[in-house]
Amino acid sequence: MKYLIVLCCFLHVFLQPAHAALEIESHREADLYTELAGAKLNKMIPILVELETLKGEQILPLFTLLMAGNLYYVKADKALVGKANEQGATSYKSVFTQEERPELGKKDVKKVRVNNKLRSHLRTAIARIQLTSTSPVVREKAVRTLLAKLDPKTIVLLADRYAIEPHREVKNAIKLALALYTATQTQQSISDRVMAIETLSTSLENQVRNTLVQLTQDTHQPIALAAQKSLTQIEQRAQRFALVDKLFFGLSLGSVLLLASIGLAITFGVMGVINMAHGEMIMLGAYTTYVVQLMMPNYIDYSLIVAIPAAFVVSGLMGILVERLVICRLHGRPLETLLATFGISLILQQLVRTVFSPLNRQVSTPSWMSGSWEINPVLSLTLNRLYILAFSLAIFFLLVMILKKTSLGLNVRAVAQNRAMAKVMGVKTHRVDALTFGLGSGIAGIAGVALSQLTNVGPNLGQAYIIDSFMVVVFGGVGNLLGTLVAAFSLGIGTKFLEPITGAVLASIIVLVFIILFIQKRPKGLFPQKGRAAE
Amino acid sequence: MKIKNLVSSIAFASALTSTMFIATPSIAADTIKVGVLHSLSGTMAISETTLKDTVLMMVAEQNKKGGLLGKELEAVVVDPASNWPLFAEKGRELLTKEKVDVIFGSWTSVSRKSVLPVLEELNGLMFYPVQYEGEESSKNVFYTGAAPNQQAIPAVDYLINELDVERFVLAGTDYVYPRTTNKILEAYLKAKGVASADIMINYTPFGHSDWQSIVADVKKFGSQGKKTAVVSTINGDANVPFYKELGNQGISAEDIPVVAFSVGEEELSGLDTSPLVGHLAAWNYFQSVETDENDAFIDTWHAYTKDSERVTNDPMEATYIGFNMWVNAVKKAGTTDVDAVEQAMIGQTTTNLTGGTAVMNKNHHLSKPVLIGEIQADGQFEIVWETEGVVAGDAWSDFLPGSKDLISDWTAPIKCGNYNTKTAKCSGQNY
Repeated sequence: MKYLIVLCCFLHVFLQPAHAALEIESHREADLYTELAGAKLNKMIPILVELETLKGEQILPLFTLLMAGNLYYVKADKALVGKANEQGATSYKSVFTQEERPELGKKDVKKVRVNNKLRSHLRTAIARIQLTSTSPVVREKAVRTLLAKLDPKTIVLLADRYAIEPHREVKNAIKLALALYTATQTQQSISDRVMAIETLSTSLENQVRNTLVQLTQDTHQPIALAAQKSLTQIEQRAQRFALVDKLFFGLSLGSVLLLASIGLAITFGVMGVINMAHGEMIMLGAYTTYVVQLMMPNYIDYSLIVAIPAAFVVSGLMGILVERLVICRLHGRPLETLLATFGISLILQQLVRTVFSPLNRQVSTPSWMSGSWEINPVLSLTLNRLYILAFSLAIFFLLVMILKKTSLGLNVRAVAQNRAMAKVMGVKTHRVDALTFGLGSGIAGIAGVALSQLTNVGPNLGQAYIIDSFMVVVFGGVGNLLGTLVAAFSLGIGTKFLEPITGAVLASIIVLVFIILFIQKRPKGLFPQKGRAAE
Repeated sequence: MKIKNLVSSIAFASALTSTMFIATPSIAADTIKVGVLHSLSGTMAISETTLKDTVLMMVAEQNKKGGLLGKELEAVVVDPASNWPLFAEKGRELLTKEKVDVIFGSWTSVSRKSVLPVLEELNGLMFYPVQYEGEESSKNVFYTGAAPNQQAIPAVDYLINELDVERFVLAGTDYVYPRTTNKILEAYLKAKGVASADIMINYTPFGHSDWQSIVADVKKFGSQGKKTAVVSTINGDANVPFYKELGNQGISAEDIPVVAFSVGEEELSGLDTSPLVGHLAAWNYFQSVETDENDAFIDTWHAYTKDSERVTNDPMEATYIGFNMWVNAVKKAGTTDVDAVEQAMIGQTTTNLTGGTAVMNKNHHLSKPVLIGEIQADGQFEIVWETEGVVAGDAWSDFLPGSKDLISDWTAPIKCGNYNTKTAKCSGQNY
């Protein structure tokens, strides 16, 4: 994860005040800083190279600022300043003295421009400096970054470092880099190169694979053969991880489907109401997240925790309102319920358009949810999807517990099985209906909080999920929560295994056709309800 | 009263004009009507509302300068509501009921195709300001956006020549613009010697949000020893989860750059652009261009919208160029008559906002420079490359077998939108 590296560099710099101040030691140096301000993009690399040779590791803070696009210069005197954002307020600090310059506004400064070429130059320059960092984690990351650009100068640095490096992991990484370099050097002896290629076979790094692919075309037979052998070994391992990856994608899509449909499993499955406005309950939840983030802009990291109960309440209350005003009056008339709820869904969409604008709203991802868990270079699981997977399962079990263990759950099941009998036994069916619908809608609202992290928050958010939700509930078997769980995950995994073969459009068509055929064979879904209650 | 629709039946026109003359003689004699046919509601409202505002701003500016031919300009705004057949209906309404002299409108290709037969039947005049897939040239339309050779082809050239890219992923939304553009690009890449195995084509539905496996595929495709880039014709808000997923899976712009044809300042505004930094876009204009014309345009735009954060974008520049050219052509022709203005348009020049001159060619397409920009953290583009001079828009792609021999030339003696240079015949089809 390159962004993580950048972040690490960043933290690294700011955690070590010793690095922070940059002293101007010569006239040439001062000239270079002035040149840097406002230099043309293609003129910048020579300046950076000279600065690196002049200053060594002292230049690190300047490079990290430039890398992050936070290096500015004052229009009036071309002095370099760093931009810092603290709690929404922008301030500029002199790069040299670290003194804040409060007199500077947005109009007084201009950004020092960077492009991809410069960024990749900076990345390797920073990595070279960080080879001597005190943290082994930073050192290892630096070595891995350097794999992308191995030149003789870097190799000398790496070899020097290898001799004194105490940490085993870092040592291995350097060994890999050296082997990668040796393998490509035509002036090295063939046996040395073959040996280097054999060392490479244990690595999953992208750079290694790229190099090996090129080496299979080598004119020396032994080298081409060795490269082919190493490559096959790597490919086999990579393939196993790719399978795990695909499975994770499937589970992740499944968890999204589960979240979207679990509320529907209650309103449609248990109550038998065809609720076309279900998607809009999800949308309301997502918008609640947006509003919560608006209200606490300085605490984005905690906003989701606040948003979950808030979304439950907002969508739940809306659900109860809809049930009391519309659905309970149409009891036993499924066609009219369908049309009425469809109308409600349009009203809610337009309401959101009027209140918030038809444009998508931006919901930020808390820092603990961004990035990924890197297991090895070919397998990394994105954190937000991992959290959502865990979250969907938690919601599922919570809901099962509510239905199984609480008196509300008992009443819900009683009304679902036999309305008349439950009424005779003294259950207030109207109240139970309203609460069940509120519960289902509230869960949909919670789903909206999770989905706001994955997709665009806009008026059409709900529309994208309503069909999938009905599909999952029908496939799993109406009125069965476990069926919903199994159906969501099997559809998710099925889609993700089909997608690379058929493409995204065809994959969803195939899944839909499969469900239609399946329903023909088993009209009650995967787990049909049994017994008298099912009739 | 305007004497525009000479072609439409005289009886109808005269009857109507005489009655309207009696009703509102003074106003009718003093204004030239400018129709605005942009969606103000529905899915396309996001993009098209801006263009409506641009036309209104240009009309107001022109009126400040004393109008045109001594008359005041009057904008007539209708809302086709992102509903493609409604474009034809509203176009007809503008031409027959409102009797506008010119229309500025449309965004999607399908809406343009919908209004086109109406324009040709009633001999209207429309300016279309958005980049599109080409393969069309109508007498009644001026295309001020980019043709594929003014956006897609230079972008691919940039990838090959400057970034040494050898493998290409052509990813797009599943509809006519991406499919045609990718067909042209595929033929172009193969002509450049790129093997079929080095081209991956992928289509996704509108609003696609789960990009995990596609991005994983791209990653795998990019780890075969050759530098890889993604050429994206992904449209609309599906771009946001796409770029997010790229960031999540650790693909940075330095590893696998994405060059997009439908992502501009407007699309990036109000979006967290940090995972997108360094990815590319190809347009004929960026807000970050530093010229006096552009600074003046941005200032006028901010003053008109009373919002100093509003961004400008490429279709706005296309509208700006189209409007100025139309004004000059009307001045040159001395009338707003469609046939006279159409001929006066050809060869028109006006300054564009990027510091050069835009020329209207015989095929109703513009000559414009092509710019490549890298997305910055503030949602603006850093221009990293531009063509040496201007590129003339090519209506019929030279890389498709069906349109290779076709040219468009609306000057005498050819006067044809799809003239076959081999057989020296005009197909007779108007567009």
